[in-house]
Amino acid sequence: MTNNEFINALIMRHGSDIYHKLINSKVAVAGLGGLGSNVALALARAGIGELFIVDFDRVDITNLNRQQYDISDIGKAKTVALANKIRAVNPIIKIKRKKIKITESNAVELFKDHSIVCECFDKAESKAMLINTLLTSPEDFTVVSASGMAGFDTGNTIQSRKINDRLYICGDMVSGIENGMGLMAPRVGICAMHQANTVLRLLLCDLN
Amino acid sequence: MIKINGKAAPEAKGNTLGQYLDENGYNKTRIAVEVNGSILSKKEYDSYIINDEDIIEIVNFVGGG
Repeated sequence: MTNNEFINALIMRHGSDIYHKLINSKVAVAGLGGLGSNVALALARAGIGELFIVDFDRVDITNLNRQQYDISDIGKAKTVALANKIRAVNPIIKIKRKKIKITESNAVELFKDHSIVCECFDKAESKAMLINTLLTSPEDFTVVSASGMAGFDTGNTIQSRKINDRLYICGDMVSGIENGMGLMAPRVGICAMHQANTVLRLLLCDLN
Repeated sequence: MIKINGKAAPEAKGNTLGQYLDENGYNKTRIAVEVNGSILSKKEYDSYIINDEDIIEIVNFVGGG
């Protein structure tokens, strides 16, 4: 397959206008677990021009139940393993990756060139930290976050909510791992697809 | 009328946001608070006094991802 064949296939599926909007867009994904690995791959398939993927962790056997890694990835940095997966479905995408723990002190500097950041962490404290840090900074971030996707209750309660022009939260807002519920591929995947779809809507529609 | 998470909360008037969060059992490390359309910095929780007409959204995060 040539790059031109790939581009023509995207244009055939999405139309030229959408193809051009997406190929000229970039999105950052913070955390490459069950949410982030799914969000990044969905955006890559949609034809986003550039992804910035960030995670400090390595692939572990306990990730296979819901994250887009396979057995051969165990032990690899998630940034490296996911970049390979992304390139396997989209040969023209530009990928920037950083293996680093995202903190209050480095988040703004790390993401300042990205107006859309997907918050894909697993700990509630990390989620709150990233949103509080990015959305009280002078930079113009829009954050697509996620909260509440544990267990196997109906997937119909997982929604995309607009909190304000700069903050969207996907999930059911209540089903956390604190309640003893495990994380499973379907609900985590539904939530991640809500995030990816919200990103597409931000890039393609005027939501404000 | 003060509104917190969509509900009228006249009793919150004059309290600091920090007091309101403590009294209502919020864990401050797991929340983001939007006051009148923008996120309020954590550093301001204890000095921000809830005014009449404030529209406050407290987003409580749960773990999982």
